[in-house]
Amino acid sequence: MRSRETTALGVAIVGAIIIEVLMKLGVINPYWELIIQYACILTIATLGLNMIYGFNGQFSLGHVAFYGLGAYASAIVTKAWTGDNPLGFLAAIIVGGLVAAIVGFLIGLPILRLGSDYLGIATLGFGYIVKVTFDNADAWIPMMGGSRGMTGIVKMTSWPWVAVAAILAVVIMRNVVYSSHGRAVLSVRENEIAASAMGIDIARYKTVAFVMGCFYAGIAGALYAHLYSFLHPSNFDFLKSVDMLLIVVLGGLGSMSGTIMAALGWTFLLEGLRVILPPEILDFRFVIYPLLLIIAMLLRPKGLFGGMEWSFLRAPKVEKRAHGVNTES
Amino acid sequence: MVDLSYLAQQVINGLQLGFVYALIALGYTMVYGIIRLINFAHGDIFMIGAYVGFFSYSVLHWDFLPGILFSMVVCVIVAVIIERLAYKPLRNAPRIAALITAIGVSMFLEYFTSLKFVFGPNPRQFPRPFEVVTWQIGGINVNSIQLIILVVTLAMLALLQFVVYRTKMGMAMRGVSFDFDTAKLMGINVDVVVSFTFALGSALAGAGGILFAIAYPQVQPFMGIMPGLKAFVAAVLGGIGIIPGALLGALIMGQAEVLTAAFVSTTWKDAVAFAILIIVLMVKPTGLLGKRGTDKV
Repeated sequence: MRSRETTALGVAIVGAIIIEVLMKLGVINPYWELIIQYACILTIATLGLNMIYGFNGQFSLGHVAFYGLGAYASAIVTKAWTGDNPLGFLAAIIVGGLVAAIVGFLIGLPILRLGSDYLGIATLGFGYIVKVTFDNADAWIPMMGGSRGMTGIVKMTSWPWVAVAAILAVVIMRNVVYSSHGRAVLSVRENEIAASAMGIDIARYKTVAFVMGCFYAGIAGALYAHLYSFLHPSNFDFLKSVDMLLIVVLGGLGSMSGTIMAALGWTFLLEGLRVILPPEILDFRFVIYPLLLIIAMLLRPKGLFGGMEWSFLRAPKVEKRAHGVNTES
Repeated sequence: MVDLSYLAQQVINGLQLGFVYALIALGYTMVYGIIRLINFAHGDIFMIGAYVGFFSYSVLHWDFLPGILFSMVVCVIVAVIIERLAYKPLRNAPRIAALITAIGVSMFLEYFTSLKFVFGPNPRQFPRPFEVVTWQIGGINVNSIQLIILVVTLAMLALLQFVVYRTKMGMAMRGVSFDFDTAKLMGINVDVVVSFTFALGSALAGAGGILFAIAYPQVQPFMGIMPGLKAFVAAVLGGIGIIPGALLGALIMGQAEVLTAAFVSTTWKDAVAFAILIIVLMVKPTGLLGKRGTDKV
């Protein structure tokens, strides 16, 4: 009974191929090509934050730090060693993810003990430290360019890379969330004390969710670095973390569909307004958009999609076992 | 060997910054203590305070004292309007909704005031409402700005201490902060208390905005972000919800920032402040003066 999932996967792959063909034919112009890719990259990164905050309930205000770590780490790999070799790029993406995950593990170990708001501020602080480190990094690694930005990164990211990464990200996240580990992660969010009374190792599952979220951010960062071929520390400041948090909350905490919709919608709305609005009221874009945000929160405090999930991303139904044990209640 | 008079000079500069942070941090900590909301728009109230000061000194040519009082009044009005329109409807919503709304309000204030017909996007020179006099005491320079910051901050702290511990409203504030629902049952008008807390915090932020702009004479619409963030970190460092904690945290932040800039490197000054925060939270997860809460089942 996995037909819904298989169909959805098929539709996603066909959709990605159609977009590729449209790009090759020039129906989608290069500017929108960039936007579409960026939207999918942002989706991967925010899925990671949704894992940390939405599913595991750990408030993080420094997610962009891991995105930045992945971006810089992978850019160093391709710039210093592999150049435009596709296999090297694959390795660089994985390195980006791993660096983010390892740093996430090291920082998560001590700070994940903190209560919600304190954790938020500690991650905010960590994010800031990472940004300042990028600013000063040229003192140790001249290639990183410090506050002048890192230039000359090979432009390797293309739609097939992004599409494959995004589809894999969704499939893996879905399977993890509905595994027994996923249930443990969710139980930590619902009630830590009850979860630990049921024998769940809270510290372990907080770390698992955090590291996985950071890995996603790192992968997204690596794709981002090789999309624009230029990195600057200001791309990874606190406000970008806030953007990611907004996307996850707007989509509805703990909803993969919501996060995906919000991340895509967010990028297209911001870019769309830039194209549609006449220049004289372009200044108003950032006045309108916080107002929309406030209205959205006042009207739908649980997120625009209120925790709904597309059917292929919902929990699989537990089949009735023999011996008359009723598992549905 | 570190030059002692240079060190003392930097400590004085750090105190100056720390006292301004304290004025902002108090607003954060009081609001958090009452409704558990990180009011991200507080830094922008601080910015509005600085702009009101700019207009009362450069356009109206007022003296220092009426200017600062006027700016406090304007900040109180703006903050109470924000609280009523944006935060009050979300009192029973998930806390994250209120937090996101606060971020929205903050961005709105920043970009709205950047519009050409409001304050405009460009930085402006802040006129000092008094002559800066510098005294030399044993090789250390102390100027009248620092003296005024010290006097104003201490006066505000004394006033705050009086309001919170000696008035009926202060008692209600402490009650609401201790237990929101029980306070309601005891007949406390919670809405009035919350609005009053916002008003009190914003008055301090308005004063802080003017003092900051006098010390570092420039105003621009995004000036509230970093001081606001650091003041909030200071409040967390000292133990959020605790008034003396905010002062302690702010003084530590001020010193960390100025001393790092003076002895290590200006580019690292912000990172050190945040590193101190993380280390303190690892050792004391509820901040320096915070009490450890027990988990209730």
